[in-house]
Amino acid sequence: MEKYLEKSVPVRKKDLSFWQKLYIPAILQGMKITMTEFFKPSVTIEYPEVRTVMPDSFRGRPILVAENGTERCVACGLCARVCPALAIEVQAGETELGKERYPERFEINMVRCIFCGFCEEVCPEEAIIMSQEYELVFTSQKEALFGKDKLVKPIEEVRTRLDFLRKSR
Amino acid sequence: MANVKVTINGKLIETDSTRTIIQAARENGISIPHFCWHEKLSTAGNCRICLVDVEKMPKLAIACMTNVAEGMVVNTKNERVVNAREAVMEFILINHPLDCPICDEAGECKLQDYAYKFSQGYSRFGDDKVHKNKRVEIGPRVMFDAERCISCSRCIRFCDEIAGVHQLQFVNRGDHTTIETFPGETLDNPYSMNVVDICPVGALTNKDFRFKSRVWEMSFTESICNGCARGCNIEIGVRNNGILRLTPRTNDDVNSNWMCDHGRLDTWKHVNAEDRITGPMVRKGGILVDVGWDEAMAKVAGELKLFNKNEIAFIGSAFASNEDNYVLARFAKEVLGSKHIDRMSHRIDGGDDALLIRADKTPNDTGAALVGIVPGEGGRDIEGIVQGIRDGHIKALYAIDDDIAQHPELEKVITKLEFFAVHASNANKSTRIADVVLASSTYAERSGTITNFQKRVQRLRPAVVTLERERALDGLTMSRLDKFAAPNDSWGKGPRRDSRASWRIVAAIGNIMGGKFKYMTAEDVFTDITHTVDAFKGLTYLKIGSKGALLQ
Repeated sequence: MEKYLEKSVPVRKKDLSFWQKLYIPAILQGMKITMTEFFKPSVTIEYPEVRTVMPDSFRGRPILVAENGTERCVACGLCARVCPALAIEVQAGETELGKERYPERFEINMVRCIFCGFCEEVCPEEAIIMSQEYELVFTSQKEALFGKDKLVKPIEEVRTRLDFLRKSR
Repeated sequence: MANVKVTINGKLIETDSTRTIIQAARENGISIPHFCWHEKLSTAGNCRICLVDVEKMPKLAIACMTNVAEGMVVNTKNERVVNAREAVMEFILINHPLDCPICDEAGECKLQDYAYKFSQGYSRFGDDKVHKNKRVEIGPRVMFDAERCISCSRCIRFCDEIAGVHQLQFVNRGDHTTIETFPGETLDNPYSMNVVDICPVGALTNKDFRFKSRVWEMSFTESICNGCARGCNIEIGVRNNGILRLTPRTNDDVNSNWMCDHGRLDTWKHVNAEDRITGPMVRKGGILVDVGWDEAMAKVAGELKLFNKNEIAFIGSAFASNEDNYVLARFAKEVLGSKHIDRMSHRIDGGDDALLIRADKTPNDTGAALVGIVPGEGGRDIEGIVQGIRDGHIKALYAIDDDIAQHPELEKVITKLEFFAVHASNANKSTRIADVVLASSTYAERSGTITNFQKRVQRLRPAVVTLERERALDGLTMSRLDKFAAPNDSWGKGPRRDSRASWRIVAAIGNIMGGKFKYMTAEDVFTDITHTVDAFKGLTYLKIGSKGALLQ
């Protein structure tokens, strides 16, 4: 036991030299690095002003694909069933369109969503897909309930993700 | 009818020679897949999925048409059978659309289940499927999707054999075969919706339930239909604390596998309705005001104390459970000493048929009478009570779970009452007049028993939660959504009303007025009934079980 104790106590071999005590050389050294970096091109993205465009493989918030103004979704409820976080609620309704069913209400609780992409994978209609959007800010629980108004996106905006999904299938 | 011994999958089975292989197997716990065969219908033998290998028969035989015989050796799962089944599934699936995502049957579909179990998992069919009409209103309550039909003929046989009306028939040939009603007819018999239940695919769907919910999101509770004195065994399908559909539950002593359309559609809408009484109310200055339970019950107790025991009358209800009526009868006779107690009849002469529907449109008239909702000696019956109100002898009236103001004579005199308290689940004629309205739970929200016309006691189980209950704590059936709903979820939280079972309200008022009701649960009340009412002697909720028990 004592042996270990002895070992763990750091022993300062000798005091700092005069120049080290003075600090100024170290400060100058630091300034040098700062000045050289100052004139190099920057690598950080100035976030609020500049926004990264994510690759197509990125799983941002789920959205509903709309074709010719109507969502593709047929409200089968498979996304709601597969969702491990139970974030999705779908209420189906009847429509005159050929698909017969449509989501009367489609809600994703973004507080619950874990961005796993299972909903996208299970969807038989390629109707729900993960977008490139990653900015999610709410100030209340209620705000985090995304309804159809926030979820439905025209197909033109998400074409690249659909292509990626086709390719990687 | 001779006893024969057959071997199915190596298991020696003793059965009688009238049995087919599928019946003998089923009775002994061996399931043979089937689409067209139904235990309550004649055998058609047209789906071919029940092919089995019978030793010494050159070809595979269909289990639904082949009778058992002495020494028969049947194999239901050897390679020949598996291959044949795969082939049959492939044929059936050739023209079956991939509609599962938009099909209401998904989740309870025989074809879907068998496709998982017995099909090869991919299609070799590259051509276009045959297209037929997808939205045919085959009857006022049933939708027909011709593409999904696998021509099993169950619906046709149901109409012919059970409903007794020949409304459906196959037309055309080959893969153009479809089902049609006879010219000028629709599928409108009073039992038409049973075809939805027996349809093995989603070809026939319930118009009322269409697209309302996926079945895997619902909870199902065993209960009893309250549409008439038959008391058909049902399952209540609930999502977000709202009833979405009723389906019949098999009970050969009561309703076989069926229920009528009226029971299926019209007996539960009031539970979800907008006009629910959501809490106790007291009339103040001419209008009903929401109050707390304590205030409402104290008001009733205080008012009833002002009257002589011969001035108070009670009206029980054939819509309420045995427990409700029993506690009311005890309250009236023991606590207040009133002999004026009766119930309203809802009998419609000629309103019955040969199959299920009864003329008495209440579920528990037999039970109400047995547990004491009959006038005491020298007491007034319902007509007597009306007369009493008219000539001023009856000044206070306490009624439960029935819209008594519908009684034509009673309606005319009811305003002469000095005090009128009523238990109601929905706003009705009586609540418009009543001085105190006590919010009572509907049949789908309470535990209890009802007695049908055969004197069979059957259990009601709560399917919808009120404020006095918790789904998880009170043992209600739970859907997946119910299990996981959190306060910040919008789902799983349909409206909950501040209503209570009638027996609980009556017992509480009774206790204020000096009664000694010590019931905690409906089961306690029932135990008390079994001790005091001879017909119920020896029964328990456990003995009643899911199929009911006959009274002595």
